Amino acid sequence: MTALVLLDHDSAAIKQPARSAVAAALQLGAADVLVAGHGVQAAAEAAAKLPGVGKVIVADGEAYANGLAEPLAALLVALAPAYTHLLAASTAYGKNVLPRVAALLDVQPISDIAAVVDANTFVRPIYAGNGLATVQSSDEKKVITVRAASFDPVAEEGGSGTIEAAPAVAAQTLSRFISSELSRSERPELTAARVVISGGRGMQNGDNFRLLDPIADKLGAAVGASRAAVDAGFVPNDYQVGQTGKIVAPDLYVAVGISGAIQHLAGMKDSKFIVAINKDEEAPIFQVADYGIVGDLFVVLPALAAELERG
Amino acid sequence: MKILVPVKRVVDYNVKVRVKSDGTGVETNGVKMSMNPFDEIAVEEAVRLKEKGIATEIVAVSLGIPACAETIRTALAMGADRGILVETDVELQPLAVAKLLAAIAAKEQPGLMILGKQAIDDDMSATGQMLAAFLGWPQGTFASQLTFADGGITVKREVDGGMETVALSLPAVITTDLRLNEPRYASLPNIMKARKKPIETLKPADLGVDPTPRLKVLKVVEPAKRKAGVKVADVAELVMKLRTEAKVI
Repeated sequence: MTALVLLDHDSAAIKQPARSAVAAALQLGAADVLVAGHGVQAAAEAAAKLPGVGKVIVADGEAYANGLAEPLAALLVALAPAYTHLLAASTAYGKNVLPRVAALLDVQPISDIAAVVDANTFVRPIYAGNGLATVQSSDEKKVITVRAASFDPVAEEGGSGTIEAAPAVAAQTLSRFISSELSRSERPELTAARVVISGGRGMQNGDNFRLLDPIADKLGAAVGASRAAVDAGFVPNDYQVGQTGKIVAPDLYVAVGISGAIQHLAGMKDSKFIVAINKDEEAPIFQVADYGIVGDLFVVLPALAAELERG
Repeated sequence: MKILVPVKRVVDYNVKVRVKSDGTGVETNGVKMSMNPFDEIAVEEAVRLKEKGIATEIVAVSLGIPACAETIRTALAMGADRGILVETDVELQPLAVAKLLAAIAAKEQPGLMILGKQAIDDDMSATGQMLAAFLGWPQGTFASQLTFADGGITVKREVDGGMETVALSLPAVITTDLRLNEPRYASLPNIMKARKKPIETLKPADLGVDPTPRLKVLKVVEPAKRKAGVKVADVAELVMKLRTEAKVI
């Protein structure tokens, strides 16, 4: 039984959610990985160092430069016969590609697994994490996306995989990449950060999100937001933590001006420690918080920044 | 251009979902059901495209028990022109839904299909991508802006760490992100008008699709509950506890 894991990478390093997907694959048996992109030799070498990885299949070419689903799905289908399981992290990248692969293989995908029970059986959250369903697949091949927050990622070093080139796949003309606008940030990515500080509707506007900056800087935190803050246009969509945004499970999650709707809790309730800062002491967020401060965030945030500064 | 918009009947967004005590699923008896919120965004986008003269006809499709006709009525009240209900008691999973939708697309020949990016019940986020695969069409998932030009469609979409723009040939499958639009409320006159709009009813067999689920749900349990912690007096106490008790900073 061997699994193939499609890896998220930035052409140089393997992203943390992908390392969690490798960890899930290793629970099933042996794991090969696929690195697709353009100019990805460094990423392929990084992939070969992941502990437990057998083969690193590298698809290096312009067709794969921007992670378009159509060529990637065709490539995975071409590689599929050698594998019992195809996996990817449930990032935007993985969620875009894997269901397309599943359809081409006539398989019902298993999205966002939180645990592996056996080769056919998996646990996955439903209804914004209000239920945990144990599902058993009757498909011969399994196509799976992995909830990164539920699996400790494999280390970056220690493995010795072998690198080989992917087979060529026919070119496609259905889709074409035009441009990307990636949020530039010196901060860690939300799904990989050890500490996350998120703002909600209570922040009142986008400018006020700057109040989170000194605290995030001090703690090495990523900055996130609730759907309410995203809907109100305070911050871009990719800040969103929750059922339909990013799922995070950092060591420390600080929720500022967030009431704690079910949909938000779905994205962060597996955090190790949760701190809530809210002026409404009845806010549901306090029911999941380890430490709560009832107070005006415009007073508490500067005080917290100063307290952390004091060291 | 004809647009097909699949709409799913789900437990309403505001309902606090409860897992059944026998572990077979979640309680849906006597619970308010509504259109999946991302599907509302899909219907709204189609209606706006019709208002702009880009779309000529909007067909709302739902699949499942007879009550799914209500979900189609909601879409009709928002501005869809007619409905198709694929009626079955079988629990439909994304693979079967995508096959059924592909079969309907083969009959209807739409220029575009707009779906929600995810249903808030099973949280699979798979049907649109699978439908695109079955049809051999390009996919623009998690879309926050659509622009039509030169016989194709340009889609601004969410990727990890930001946004990207891709150009797709038509026909294509789009799945909606939150930012695409804000759905309208149907007006009373439009709700009345929707009652007269036609809904065609089909069975999976009419479309040559076997809808048998491939995933068997063995059990559904409630996740472990977090315990509420303590309220601290001020930031000094908070930082002290984070350092010495939680040891996370």
